[in-house]
Amino acid sequence: MTTITALKMPKWGMAMTEGKIVDWLAEDGAQIEAGDEILEVETEKITNVLEAPASGVLRRRLADDGDVRPIGALLAVICDPQTPDEEIDRFVDQFTIEEEAEQDVSEAEPEFVEAGGKRLRVLRMGDGGEPVVLVHGFGGDLKNWLFNQPALAEGRQTVALDLPGHGESVKDVGAGTPDALAGDLLALLDALDLARVHVVGHSLGGMIGHALAHTAPDRVASLTLIGSRGLGTRVDLCYIDSFLAANRRKEMKPVLARLFADSGLVSRDMINEVLKFKRLDGVSAALEKLAAALRDEAGTPPPALPAMTQIIWGTDDQVAPISQLAGVDPAITVHRLDGVGHMAHMEAAGAVNRLIEGFVTGE
Amino acid sequence: MSIKSYRQAINETLFEEMRRDERVVIMGEDIAGGAGCAGEDDAWGGPLGVTAGLVGEFGRGRVLDTPLSEAGFIGAAAGAAISGMRPIAELMFVDFFGVCFDAIYNQAAKFRYMFGGGVSCPLVIRTTIGAGMRTAAQHSQSLYSLFTHVPGLKCVAPSSPYEAKGLLAQAIADDDPVIFFEHKLMYDMTEEVPDERYLIPFGEANIMRDGEHVTIVAISRMVHVALEAAEALAGEGVECEVIDPRSLSPLDADTIIESVEATGRLVIVDEDTPRCSLAADIAATVADEAFTALTAPIKRVNAPHCPVPFTGALEDLYIPNAAKVAAAVRAVMEAG
Repeated sequence: MTTITALKMPKWGMAMTEGKIVDWLAEDGAQIEAGDEILEVETEKITNVLEAPASGVLRRRLADDGDVRPIGALLAVICDPQTPDEEIDRFVDQFTIEEEAEQDVSEAEPEFVEAGGKRLRVLRMGDGGEPVVLVHGFGGDLKNWLFNQPALAEGRQTVALDLPGHGESVKDVGAGTPDALAGDLLALLDALDLARVHVVGHSLGGMIGHALAHTAPDRVASLTLIGSRGLGTRVDLCYIDSFLAANRRKEMKPVLARLFADSGLVSRDMINEVLKFKRLDGVSAALEKLAAALRDEAGTPPPALPAMTQIIWGTDDQVAPISQLAGVDPAITVHRLDGVGHMAHMEAAGAVNRLIEGFVTGE
Repeated sequence: MSIKSYRQAINETLFEEMRRDERVVIMGEDIAGGAGCAGEDDAWGGPLGVTAGLVGEFGRGRVLDTPLSEAGFIGAAAGAAISGMRPIAELMFVDFFGVCFDAIYNQAAKFRYMFGGGVSCPLVIRTTIGAGMRTAAQHSQSLYSLFTHVPGLKCVAPSSPYEAKGLLAQAIADDDPVIFFEHKLMYDMTEEVPDERYLIPFGEANIMRDGEHVTIVAISRMVHVALEAAEALAGEGVECEVIDPRSLSPLDADTIIESVEATGRLVIVDEDTPRCSLAADIAATVADEAFTALTAPIKRVNAPHCPVPFTGALEDLYIPNAAKVAAAVRAVMEAG
């Protein structure tokens, strides 16, 4: 009896019910390692690569390019080359979609928390361990972590939040500086009773995590910065200005395309969601205030990074160019992801998840 | 964010805008009442309940129950709009426009022009369209093309609760007369709608579904009919791009043309009768500006050129449905 591993349709984000197989990246019979890219799956929101959950031989592919399958559906089996075909037949025949098993993590619903007098939307997944807090960038929201949070939540409690002025959180951004937002993040940690957390911050979220680590070092166990502007002395505000100016689909599409190395990842739904957010009363004023604060701080060197920091950066980042790494303390671990843009946690979710997992578990 | 019906989304916007700006007043027949009002008023709030509860908060000075005279109160609303108010008049059924059209097309639509830009006319006329209510030929029409014909009027046909809220807020914020067409069969349709105020700009179509083979432009409730057809056609390997123009004047022809340039095929779904309809206008625009992109003749799916029947079976046959849309799409696929 050998182990047969099922490759199943993943659930990326709350709204996903099914996915379409775009392209198989591994042939039938291919020898694969856990983490290898196996196939591309397209959802209404985004296309992403599904990675092999185990090493072995890709013995049988059970869906063709263009097929649409519900989440949890069996897409392929991975096992030893010696496993008899009959055993695989039996495995495939007996396979049923386990709905309950999927529910604990992926069915988590966002909730609202009062933190320091501000109403913030958070999404909590997973239990135990030293919690990971996920902080999105300018114009983003907690859904930016849809490929990361379920994976990270398998080992620990995770919290993703909508920053003030973003998503469904309060529109009041206070002074609008990264320091002020770090104060809001600290209030959230207090409200959720989280004594010490690993902060993962993308872009502006990284600046906020950095500010929190500076003002409340005892609350931050580690800091992971993804494509985070503000590490050097130069903050590139061009993206923020064009994001603020774009109010129509045609204007927003090229702006969002700059977030990814592969601009084809920008879907109609992604553009619509950003426009819906930008239309809400108070959002423009909030974002303008954040942008003004960032402009004021441009040129001011940030404080030194704490020792427990890792930096993840896409080599093809068009928003915060990787050249900003120039001034970083050489003692800090830096991971460069080839061919990846600003949204590294979406574009190379598997690699980013492994780096975060390894860093927070100290492996 | 919460689940709201089309009716609630409109009602909520009226509350919000009246709270924001005391120049916003509403007027129409039987619009006062509802939501716990005293006595027989409790039963009212518009014939379809859209204005329920407003009189309780804003009083009869801002929620004006008018006599049964569209010529009177639509004219009064147009006059109020050039005198510093921001009136929202409710024309119960668009079918009644005939008795008050002078105030709309020859007065409100032309004030800004006739006074050399010296006045603006921030008037909103909310009205209902659509068949399917078994209300016969005089209460079931979708006569928006009679209004899009007139320069100076903006015309909007929201296709969902989210759209209704943002487009109505924009209509009220707009300094020109806006005719806001609500489809009667959509009042109970629900979806997630933000609790905050937001504006959806006019002149920007919404792409509801991506597709490479055929462009379908659909108006108001027909958007959902088109989406149902597109879903069925996807099973046959035909991918349709479904476009909701949102505002009919101004019309976002660019988005439609760009889509046709990619697909080469166009089907227009319009619940109005076919002659001189918006479908005819969109077809003509695309034929003018993107003729060489077309690989097949343009198909229109309209109601037939006849009054809306009262007999249920015939009324159902009258309204364009997904099967008719799918048949039109298959026809353009076969044609080239």
